[in-house]
Amino acid sequence: MVTALLLFWPAAAALLVLFLKGNTAKKFAFGAAILEFLLALYAMVQFEPSVAPQFTLVKDWIPSVGITFSIGMDGISLLMVFLTTFLVPLIILASFPHSYKNPTAFYALILLMQTGLIGVFVSFDAFLFYFFWEVALIPIYFIAAVWGGERRIAITFKFFLYTIIGSLFMLVGFIYLYFQTPGNHTSDINAFYQLNLDASSQSWIFWFLFLAFAIKMPVFPFHTWQPDTYTESPAPATMLLSGIMLKMGIYGVIRWLLPVVPLGVSQWDVLVLVLSVIGIIYGSIIAIRQRDLKRLLAYSSIAHVGLIAAGIFTLNEQGLQGGMIQMLSHGINVTGLFFIIDIIYRRTHTRDIEGLGGITQSTPALSIYFMILLLGTVALPLTNGFVGEFLLLMGVYNYNAWLGAIAGLTIILGAVYMLRMFQRVMFGEQNPATANFKDLTRTEKAVLIPLVVMVFWIGLHPNTFLSISEPSINQLLNIINR
Amino acid sequence: MVSIILLTSFGILNLFLGFLKSNRILLPLALLFLIIVLGANLADWNQTESYFNNMLTVDNFAVAFTSVVVLTSLLILPFSTRYIRLNDDNLAEYFALILFSLVGAVMMVAYENMLMLFIGIEILSISMYVLAGSEKRSLRSNEAALKYFLMGSFTTGILLFGIALIYGATGTFYITEISAAANTGTTDMSPMLGLGLLLVLIGISFKVSAAPFHFWTPDVYEGTPAIFTGFMSTVVKVAGFAAFYKLLSVSFAGAYSFWFPTLVAMTVITLVIGNIAAAAQDSFKRMMAYSSISHAGYLMLALLALNSRSENAIFFYSLAYSVATVAAFGILKIVSDQREGDESYAAFNGLSRTNPLLAFAMTVSMLSLAGIPLTGGFFGKFFIFGSVLEKDLLWLVVVGILMSMVGIYYYFRVVIAMYMREPSGERLEVDAFTTFTLIFIAVLTIVLGIFPGLFSDIL
Repeated sequence: MVTALLLFWPAAAALLVLFLKGNTAKKFAFGAAILEFLLALYAMVQFEPSVAPQFTLVKDWIPSVGITFSIGMDGISLLMVFLTTFLVPLIILASFPHSYKNPTAFYALILLMQTGLIGVFVSFDAFLFYFFWEVALIPIYFIAAVWGGERRIAITFKFFLYTIIGSLFMLVGFIYLYFQTPGNHTSDINAFYQLNLDASSQSWIFWFLFLAFAIKMPVFPFHTWQPDTYTESPAPATMLLSGIMLKMGIYGVIRWLLPVVPLGVSQWDVLVLVLSVIGIIYGSIIAIRQRDLKRLLAYSSIAHVGLIAAGIFTLNEQGLQGGMIQMLSHGINVTGLFFIIDIIYRRTHTRDIEGLGGITQSTPALSIYFMILLLGTVALPLTNGFVGEFLLLMGVYNYNAWLGAIAGLTIILGAVYMLRMFQRVMFGEQNPATANFKDLTRTEKAVLIPLVVMVFWIGLHPNTFLSISEPSINQLLNIINR
Repeated sequence: MVSIILLTSFGILNLFLGFLKSNRILLPLALLFLIIVLGANLADWNQTESYFNNMLTVDNFAVAFTSVVVLTSLLILPFSTRYIRLNDDNLAEYFALILFSLVGAVMMVAYENMLMLFIGIEILSISMYVLAGSEKRSLRSNEAALKYFLMGSFTTGILLFGIALIYGATGTFYITEISAAANTGTTDMSPMLGLGLLLVLIGISFKVSAAPFHFWTPDVYEGTPAIFTGFMSTVVKVAGFAAFYKLLSVSFAGAYSFWFPTLVAMTVITLVIGNIAAAAQDSFKRMMAYSSISHAGYLMLALLALNSRSENAIFFYSLAYSVATVAAFGILKIVSDQREGDESYAAFNGLSRTNPLLAFAMTVSMLSLAGIPLTGGFFGKFFIFGSVLEKDLLWLVVVGILMSMVGIYYYFRVVIAMYMREPSGERLEVDAFTTFTLIFIAVLTIVLGIFPGLFSDIL
């Protein structure tokens, strides 16, 4: 029941928002998102990590073809649901200083997107998963394309086409798997887990599914839509995309790729790991060269996701657990950083690193929050990034020491581009654009404080979250290694 | 059978209504007629009956497809309110022709005898030739009607020749009896029967605008007034595919390996030509014409699969496709009427601001036609691809999917125009009745997309 509520409440709220006007719509959307978060907290409190999945609900959906409406949560889902419900209210709050035209539609789309995201994380039926996977795509397309920057139309369309191409291949993969299930076919996840396909068909299916997930994450070389889309999207869309949506891809790999086609994975994992490690280095180096703050973060995101991908494809517990916790951390950090960039942009009307400088002089609060989030991103011990990167690198190292060593460069390169960026944006001389820079407003603080709290919480007490996902990850590994 | 009688009587009644001075009563009456027909038709559910020496059989298959074509007509008529306002002299005739053409459509889905198929096709086609030319003063409309009529007549000849050859080879017009002669595999099939089947295939392919017999489609669609184009691309196609399916599954299922190579080649070129050419159009109407060719391709995929899933897949796809297409042409009519006849993408610029409801309904139908989840079109494609994959024709599904991606490109051009470009004129007016229809269509499309189980397994 909790799962169904979590799933449908945002959709219902999206409908209700449509009947409200401007400011009321905004506030209602925020309230609805907070309520959703409280629901998720309730689920977390009730959750028993060793039993999985819980809060399940199975109903017939398309009975004639054995497709069920099967939802529930295990530890992996729960963490993702937590991340989503935690970030969405903050993202809505972060949009308050903007005055978007047609706010009713804007907030309705954000809430609808939330339903899509939650649906992806709680579906235990392949076609239901696919359904929500696409449901999440449509609102973000409209958000980015209607409220985005100047080049929004072409760029968001490219994004849309890329992701939908990937997902159509995933659909074929799923339909194929569906027909391999014995007896009256079914798309239930357990039936998929029990399939015993031969290696060559697993190899094909691997690519059909991987393509969809790799584009969404995005993994090098499927990333080309990402920097442009992040840059042109309005701030809340960028936060949604980078904070939550790219986790759909990683989650998809963990839930639908590794356990369903383990033999396919074992044929291609070296290639994926190499691509991921290339992505880490490539993303980092390009990030160093960026002048636009949003693009810099976009490329750094490619690097971070590369590490997560590398970690989970090692198929060991450290790698997968590291991936889980790093998904949370990355979501939190990148959302915070994009918000800070949005604050800087609103005050100075530029995102060009060269055009900024000296902001610290008038903004103690902003500087501190910015620094904390940044340190979380570069994985300073005691912050959230450290836990994830440590586990991930350990996982990759256990898989192959050389790859681990190269992937480890991310720490150094990350520190280079992040600290360089901070130095040039925040320190140095003030210029006309930054001279009258105002410190954070109360709303802005309200967005950043929960994020910073989470940076330390995960950093100091990662077990709160690791213990939730651990039994589920082990269960998954059992299925993969059976 | 009741539906054929009712449609015919109502059609004649409608002609007499044409003597009235005012057009006001025509639309409500026509809708009432169609509702009665729909109800009478649904009452035949689960009651298989044969008529005219078993030449027509009203079974669930016939009832289901009759419902689709009648419902489609029911949804498309409300967009003709402008004709009522302008007091068009010929409105009663238009409505009567639509009712008559439905008689043909019903015969096409209920036939058991090749002659009934032929007569059904002719009744439907002749009505369509006239409707294509209904804008008498428009040169394009005249051209469309003439082109459609001439080409249609040729293919009618070909179809009839095919039927004659089949008769020659088997000595019967009954489709169940033909199957006995055709059920021999490739080697033993007589050349006369084979040639007959190919000619019939050509005849029907023309009617459903499958390549390479699609050449008339863009020109005729462009010249025909928008609501009749909507009618043409839904009712004619749905009835055509129901007939096509019946022919292949009943008479020629045994000759699968004979017609498969021909049909598979046609399917692939239909998908490719339809989608690629649609992507290259600047006129929305021509785009819809080519895209309707491409939808014929998707439906043919289900014919190629020809298994237990095909029937329901074709039905579901037809329903979802018809509903969405009706909305697209209806909205095109509303928009182009108020934008000086502009039928290009530009006519839709900024529609989200000049009339949000129209933009929303159009978006839903474009998403549905493109096959995006949350809409009926997604499950339409889903069921079709499912039936093809069950036949282990993975490569065909990949072709279908690649072509769907092209489809997304041109359907989204409309969405982009509506939501992301500056408005190209004043606010658009839509009357309450059309508004209601549009909301109904949008809701139905979404219901099909969320609860496909309601319709997916009825046959």
